Amino acid sequence: MSKILLQIDGIEVKAEEGETILKASQNAGISIPTICYNEKLESFGGCRMCTVEVERNGYIKHVVSCVYPVEDKLIVRTRSEKIDSTRKMLLELLMARAPDSVKLKELAEEYGADKNRFEKEANFCIHCGLCVRYCDEVKKLNAVGFVNRGAKKEISFVPEIASKECWDCKECFPLCPTSALQTAYVLIESLAFSRTSSENTTTIKD
Amino acid sequence: MSQINSPAELDLLRKDILSKRDPDKPCISICAGAGCLASGAAEVINGFKTEIDKQSLNAIVDTKGTGCPGLCERGPIVVIKPSGICYLQVTPEDVPEIISQTIKDKKVVDRLLYVDPNTGKKAIYESDIPFYKYQERNVICNNIKIDSRSIDDYLAIDGYSALSKVLTGLSEEEVLEEVKKSQLRGRGGGGFPAGKKWEGSRNADEKTKYVIVNADEGDPGAFMDRALLEGNPHSIIEGLIIGAYAIGSHEGYIYVRQEYPLAVENVNIAIKQAEEYGFLGKDILGSGFDFVVKVHQGAGAFVCGESSALMTALEGRVGEPRPKYIRSNIKGLWDKPSVLNNVETWANVPLIINKGADWYTQLGTETSKGTKIFSLVGKITNTGLVEVPMGMTLKDIIYKIGGGIPGGKKFKAVQTGGPSGGCIPEDQLNLKVGFDELAKANSMMGSGGMIVMDEDNCMVDVARYFIEFLCDESCGKCVPCREGTIQMLKILTNITEGKGKEGDIELLEQLSEVLNDAALCALGQTAPNPFLSTLLYFRDEYEAHIKDKKCTALSCKELISYYIDPEKCTACTLCFKKCPSDAIIGKKKMIHVVDQENCTKCDTCFEVCPTKFGAVIKISGEAVPTPIPIEDRTYIKKSK
Repeated sequence: MSKILLQIDGIEVKAEEGETILKASQNAGISIPTICYNEKLESFGGCRMCTVEVERNGYIKHVVSCVYPVEDKLIVRTRSEKIDSTRKMLLELLMARAPDSVKLKELAEEYGADKNRFEKEANFCIHCGLCVRYCDEVKKLNAVGFVNRGAKKEISFVPEIASKECWDCKECFPLCPTSALQTAYVLIESLAFSRTSSENTTTIKD
Repeated sequence: MSQINSPAELDLLRKDILSKRDPDKPCISICAGAGCLASGAAEVINGFKTEIDKQSLNAIVDTKGTGCPGLCERGPIVVIKPSGICYLQVTPEDVPEIISQTIKDKKVVDRLLYVDPNTGKKAIYESDIPFYKYQERNVICNNIKIDSRSIDDYLAIDGYSALSKVLTGLSEEEVLEEVKKSQLRGRGGGGFPAGKKWEGSRNADEKTKYVIVNADEGDPGAFMDRALLEGNPHSIIEGLIIGAYAIGSHEGYIYVRQEYPLAVENVNIAIKQAEEYGFLGKDILGSGFDFVVKVHQGAGAFVCGESSALMTALEGRVGEPRPKYIRSNIKGLWDKPSVLNNVETWANVPLIINKGADWYTQLGTETSKGTKIFSLVGKITNTGLVEVPMGMTLKDIIYKIGGGIPGGKKFKAVQTGGPSGGCIPEDQLNLKVGFDELAKANSMMGSGGMIVMDEDNCMVDVARYFIEFLCDESCGKCVPCREGTIQMLKILTNITEGKGKEGDIELLEQLSEVLNDAALCALGQTAPNPFLSTLLYFRDEYEAHIKDKKCTALSCKELISYYIDPEKCTACTLCFKKCPSDAIIGKKKMIHVVDQENCTKCDTCFEVCPTKFGAVIKISGEAVPTPIPIEDRTYIKKSK
């Protein structure tokens, strides 16, 4: 693997070929905000929070750093007025959905996002896909998936799989940046899971 | 059908097919495209067949269900070949008369001819109808000449001769060079040079390569690709095989939306026929070149017209775009080099090979060559598919070909480029159509949608409509598109409902910037265009909605009121009787008044009030005048 030399926020950074800008930045101790990124998973490129500005041969464009591969002599700026205002609005859009998410609140403070900017229509899930992708890529179980599309999209457990697999796993819970996942799980648990062992019956109380 | 093993055998077969056909024998060609079928073409086709059998006329006349000739507004369309006599809006009842008059007595049935709405002049032949006269039909012209389900018909018009030419005399590089030289640009929306795209795939290291037809046409009101797929599927397949040869691919896909059942059926029939003749499969025409093609049906998502989403769907996964910074012609379907071109782009390829790049580049503008098919719809006299040379002005398309705006209404704008396109106002009607020309006017070519709007169209509502479409079709993967379009829709809906407020335009502009800049795929990046282009050219309408609560087009229901002018009302009771919500107070000899509380603004009173009275008036942005006191409402007939 050959080394690639690029510049991130004015700092010369060495990176491996095929590495993403995000990874190279993290290795160099430069922080880029992410929501849907998890190093165990294939990059999703959905939240767009990690958008950065790249410059090559004088040509400037905005790319998501969790996907864009490092290039020799690439100049990367992880913050600019434009990037900050994009991140601010992305957060404001997400906070109309999940106003109380701790993760979003922290980022909102950093970028001065107003959680009341857009009319709230809270459904808590911000479609980062971490649970869905973790269950697919790491656990290879596909017990949780997306249903519907666009603004109507939501996460849903597949009862046939979830009732067998989820009790002893729940590894996706800590990945969720909002409380949506637990809510969805509890809901499907109460509606559809078949309870055969006595220990399971104690988990739901009236 | 037997396998054809060489170009020489193909020539023999073609000669054989032609020798059995008499070019002078009349043929009644009836459009069997989706539009005409919906207007009853199947019954007309059956009617002709039955009548011809009944009168035992099979020896002197043929019938043929053909592809769409374009003038869908006046279907079912019947053209008598070879003379070209054209009858419009034909019903099964007209069949005996056409047989006895035109086929037997060589006379024209006057009442079925095209009548120019402006001059009252009748046109006997298809070529005399202004709609056709000003077009340059290079690609869609064959639709009417063939039965779309007959490969022999396609062969009779020189079909697969371009493939034969390629496989016998041209190297892969020569084919690529010819396409590059033709400057053919993708007809699906992006306008990317096809030759350049092909070259990228050809030069890629991977051995396995794919060619794909993007037939996921989904723009509201657009049906160019549908007409080609339904009417002349072999032309697309032939183009695809040639492309595959040029880049070294042996497997292709046709991604067609399942909402086009006739297209799916006709394409599948065409593939089967091509396989039987040996145009697809192993050792095509004895050249040693192998190529197979499969049909994949889309499951109803607009975003699957986007290249990475289409390929993800082809791989059997949820059709969502992928965040990739490597072009799909290098790393596409299953990470292999994949050339994805639109239906119309592929259909242009056999023409370029047969007639040459020099012929092809004669037509067009500096950067847009050849012709383009547009679907001309909306407030236009002649609705249908038009194929024009690049560089024709919008004005000529709308007025010369489209016959202008019906009902004496005033033109307001033409929306081009599909939902992500833009609205072009009257003062730019001299704009020439071309990829870069339309982009300069803040619209785009897109796949060729052209929606004409008149003075009754509210431009804020038009923007709202398209954003709603895109919001519905957003896959929801990325935040800016999923959440941004819904916020834009909310704000635009508020504005059209009179709930717009100061700062709305600025907020929409900021949202547009974020979508444009940060969305994952082209759907999201261009989603703000309907808003941005209407704001650019019709800002006054936005401001009137927000500040004065006024819809100048008198279209937004929440902002208009109906009022009956007591000076003009003749107490005829027409509106009183037709009102579905009992919102008209009145009776005979008593001037009518609209009950604003009960009025649902359905427009019925406005429509039924005779033009000579014109008593029902729509108002917006002003208070409804107080009704005259009940004691003054007695109608007294004015003396003449």
